[in-house]
Amino acid sequence: MTASEDHLDPALRAEALSSLLIERGLIDEATVNNFIKTYEQSVGPLNGAKVVARAWTDPEYAGRLLADGTAAIAELGFKGPQGEHIVVLENTPGVHHVVVCTLCSCYPWPVLGLPPSWYKDPAYRSRMVREPRAVLAEFGLELGEDVAVRVFDSSSEVRYMVLPMRPAGTEGLSEAELAALVTRDAMVGVAEAAAP
Amino acid sequence: MDGIADMGGRQGFGRVPPLTAEPPFAEPWEGMAFALGLLSIRAAGANLHAFRHALERVPPLDYLGSYYDRWLHASQMMLADSGVLTSEGVAARAARLRGSDAAEPEPPEPHKPQMPSGGPGNLRSLDTPPAFAVGDRVRTADLQTDGHTRLPGYVRRRTGTVTALRPAAVFPDTAASFLGENPQHCYAVEFDSRELWGPRAEPFSVSIDLFEPYLEQVR
Repeated sequence: MTASEDHLDPALRAEALSSLLIERGLIDEATVNNFIKTYEQSVGPLNGAKVVARAWTDPEYAGRLLADGTAAIAELGFKGPQGEHIVVLENTPGVHHVVVCTLCSCYPWPVLGLPPSWYKDPAYRSRMVREPRAVLAEFGLELGEDVAVRVFDSSSEVRYMVLPMRPAGTEGLSEAELAALVTRDAMVGVAEAAAP
Repeated sequence: MDGIADMGGRQGFGRVPPLTAEPPFAEPWEGMAFALGLLSIRAAGANLHAFRHALERVPPLDYLGSYYDRWLHASQMMLADSGVLTSEGVAARAARLRGSDAAEPEPPEPHKPQMPSGGPGNLRSLDTPPAFAVGDRVRTADLQTDGHTRLPGYVRRRTGTVTALRPAAVFPDTAASFLGENPQHCYAVEFDSRELWGPRAEPFSVSIDLFEPYLEQVR
């Protein structure tokens, strides 16, 4: 097996690459910092949570979301890289959807931000298409045999987001209160939305 | 290519890690690696597909090391492929950043790929009608390539059902090697778990988006 020969520490490799590219005018520091800041502060699963809470409280919006995810998500102002075409998968008592990218780490950035470690882990990527019920059980989600499991492998430019089921006992909650129950994990399909 | 990145169905990776909440970047260099990955695509005159192909060519030991270190290796590889820098130049710059006064080699002569683009993003409209319709049974190709493909090994030579038409898009297999956008129709194809993993598989289905050249009709 081959490995690269220079054995550079990643922080040093990052600095070396960045200084070479800046020096040659191929990138600039402000753009680098802007990318980092955007994904640290502005784009994350709170966006997706707002989409889900809207769908739970507005049946017409839910209909648009399931028919054309990209357009309905853009209604709330969320779009951008890795969100050219977003398909929303509705979980029901009888059907559970879960999303993976076996080839790399494709993920719907505009609604969920950058993927967490577990989503990029070889164990998740390899096993989710082979024994999803076992993987979900390891995460703490036990699904009955009467629930169909549908795994979506993100292999094209289409990105997937799960619309989790609205938890029981949330009838009186506002849209903002509902959004607080919607986790990133539920929108990938490895958990259910939290009960209040 | 049949590389380390094609992980679907591979065994031996152990339990999944816990569902922890965490910041996007654990350390500052990870944020820099993320930005460099995206910006290197432009600096190298490459595209997203070429970046994914660079990622899958990262040597397996490095690939499995850490996610954003993998991005740095891939960025460097893509930039070296375009003659923007050399690995000797990166090593020399790293040495100087550590305080060495080692001489740096002259920058190479860039030879960036010149692939025409049909526009921003990857979605394209096609004049030719799609070959398959929802409900069609399709079989996946026995595709063997050392280039990039989005047909993972675990769904090769398998029979499934078209469940949706996805937007036509730039064909990653040719775009990654700068052979052209060659846009193709794309389909959501659903496979039963037993078709993929045999009669003792857990009951479930896998839906995966496959480009038209990967598929042939089952009659």
